[in-house]
Amino acid sequence: MTSTLADTSTESEAGTVAPIPRWSAIRSRARRLIAFLLSSLIGLVIGGVIIGITGHNPVDAYRALVDGALFGPNFVNLVSTINRAIPIVGMGLAAAIAFRAGFFNLGGEGQLVLGGLASALAALYVPLPAPLLMPAAVLCGALAGGLYASFAAFLQFRLAVPLLISTLILNYPARDFATYLTNHHFRDIATGMNETHTVPDAARIPLLPGGTELHAGLFILLSILLGAAFLTKRTTLGYEMNMAGLNPRFARYGGISLQRLGYTAMFASGAVAGTVGAILVLAEFGRYIDGALTDPLYAWTGLMAALLAGSGPFGVAAAGLFFAALETGAFGMEQTTNVPQELAQVLQAIIILLIVSRTGLRAGEDRTG
Amino acid sequence: MSELHSIFNDTLLNSTVRSVAPILLAGLGGLLCARVGVFNVALEGLMLIGAFFAVVGSYYSGHAMVGVVTAIAAGALFATVLAVLAVSLGGNEVVIGIALNLLATGLTVFLMRTMFSVQGEFQDDRIKGFPALSLGPVGNIPILGPIVSGHTWIVYCSWLLVIATYVLLFRMPLGLRMRGVGELPQAAASLGVSVRKMQYTALILSGALCGLAGAQLSLSLRLFTENMSAGRGWIAVVAVMLGQANPFGVLGASALFGFADAVGFNLQGNLPSELTGAIPYVATLMALAIYQARRRATRSAGTPLEGS
Repeated sequence: MTSTLADTSTESEAGTVAPIPRWSAIRSRARRLIAFLLSSLIGLVIGGVIIGITGHNPVDAYRALVDGALFGPNFVNLVSTINRAIPIVGMGLAAAIAFRAGFFNLGGEGQLVLGGLASALAALYVPLPAPLLMPAAVLCGALAGGLYASFAAFLQFRLAVPLLISTLILNYPARDFATYLTNHHFRDIATGMNETHTVPDAARIPLLPGGTELHAGLFILLSILLGAAFLTKRTTLGYEMNMAGLNPRFARYGGISLQRLGYTAMFASGAVAGTVGAILVLAEFGRYIDGALTDPLYAWTGLMAALLAGSGPFGVAAAGLFFAALETGAFGMEQTTNVPQELAQVLQAIIILLIVSRTGLRAGEDRTG
Repeated sequence: MSELHSIFNDTLLNSTVRSVAPILLAGLGGLLCARVGVFNVALEGLMLIGAFFAVVGSYYSGHAMVGVVTAIAAGALFATVLAVLAVSLGGNEVVIGIALNLLATGLTVFLMRTMFSVQGEFQDDRIKGFPALSLGPVGNIPILGPIVSGHTWIVYCSWLLVIATYVLLFRMPLGLRMRGVGELPQAAASLGVSVRKMQYTALILSGALCGLAGAQLSLSLRLFTENMSAGRGWIAVVAVMLGQANPFGVLGASALFGFADAVGFNLQGNLPSELTGAIPYVATLMALAIYQARRRATRSAGTPLEGS
């Protein structure tokens, strides 16, 4: 095991709740919540200063942001926020699963894209009866994402290529490959865009009743969330991941195969990312559209949510929801006040930098020794 | 055969030289950080910041040189943030680096939209770039001449900086102190060397170098596009590993990636551009895998970042 890998493990300590007395767990959570609120507050103040410098009124801008995130006629903006939170929280959970076991998965974007494309192609070209088609397409997406992430694990464990680097760099060929496949082999030439044909209705993830834009992808996400929580709190595998994340040497001493654990964690992480791709394709777009999964930076916002919340699933969900609200709110803010929506991304990064400098996300002794 | 000839010609090597410069400059920055024991994964973001502020400086002043100075200053300032958070406040340098990369992406787009009211790409006649320098008689040397001649001064400067970095690290007291901090901080500290000061120095220098790398990217094209660093900062991180944190090693690794980049570009007539675009990234991973396999075969200890 290289020490690069050992170094990466130290991040997980702040968010994880190891088997320690309960009162201390609660206290550390409370500390984290306070740090989060304080960082967000300072971040918003800095954001206000930026808005002011660029010649806009911060109060108006923030009012438009809150309105754009939560209200609107029939709470349509709140629905948008929830729909945007689905991929962000999903990508956050994908990052957090690897994170918890002490591995960096910066390849969410590539896994998301390949998962989305695989689900679209499965929905279009695999002859299956209607009730099986949608679940099969989602499964194909999960498999594609999981296998691609496993390839990075293979590079780490067989060839000692650090996961931090391989996962990041693998994003680029994945994106290029998906563009190539869509453009040269599966393109719907009836449209002017680089996209596949629309998938059959049977493969679509349906809208929820109630006349809103909420779709059943929400339930897939919730089951991933509960599954991740169950895994980390109630299973041996989750305990082993936790231990490996906190102290890989101790975990290995205790008889845990870090390699097996690494493959499992990376496959699971990539599979969640692939599933998110499938949800976007089968619920939102109805086809694979080149760039539509990457342009909104879901993978990166999700990663930021995981960095913000540590690796506890519910914390990631809360952070992801918060970031989704910031983004949809910023969209509304741009429309009413002309402050560019990219302010949301700036705010997210500032909040993370503040929280990293305030809380216990510290490197261990290995930096000096 | 004639196809091969159209791919491997002296234009290829000429564009290799051009592609190498940004990776090399960022790699030299990453190398300095590795030497003081800081793993800098923010090279990508620093380069992007440099590319943007080079255009800002050049656009408002009408002088390319002002653009370069602005880029270097912006890169150094951004790296100072990294230094404060990672060195002084003890935050995890990888997490901070990733967050800074994301901040750079968001901030450059935000600023581009507020300052220039454009989206995606900013191109304007008022952005001044650098002319390609002809090296006089050197340009007339057969084979070598057309390859090394006709680049911006930043490209030639990057070669000199390889030597300068070597001299700094291995021939100057400052470099000795920096290496001491990276190898055995307690020992360096007990001899009165400030670990913090050395790490700040290396990080700020790396920011300046990445700023210059970014200036080469944007001013050679006289435009800025969203995310125009496109993973080059990460390739530079790999170049530091492959080059074992040695300036000439980093030069060799950067040359390899620049060559892959140029081959991909030249193959565009023969293969779909989506496939050729992936070549540098695949080459990077393959080179790293081969390097690690050979390193393991010789059973050397330690991480690549700990240097030679």
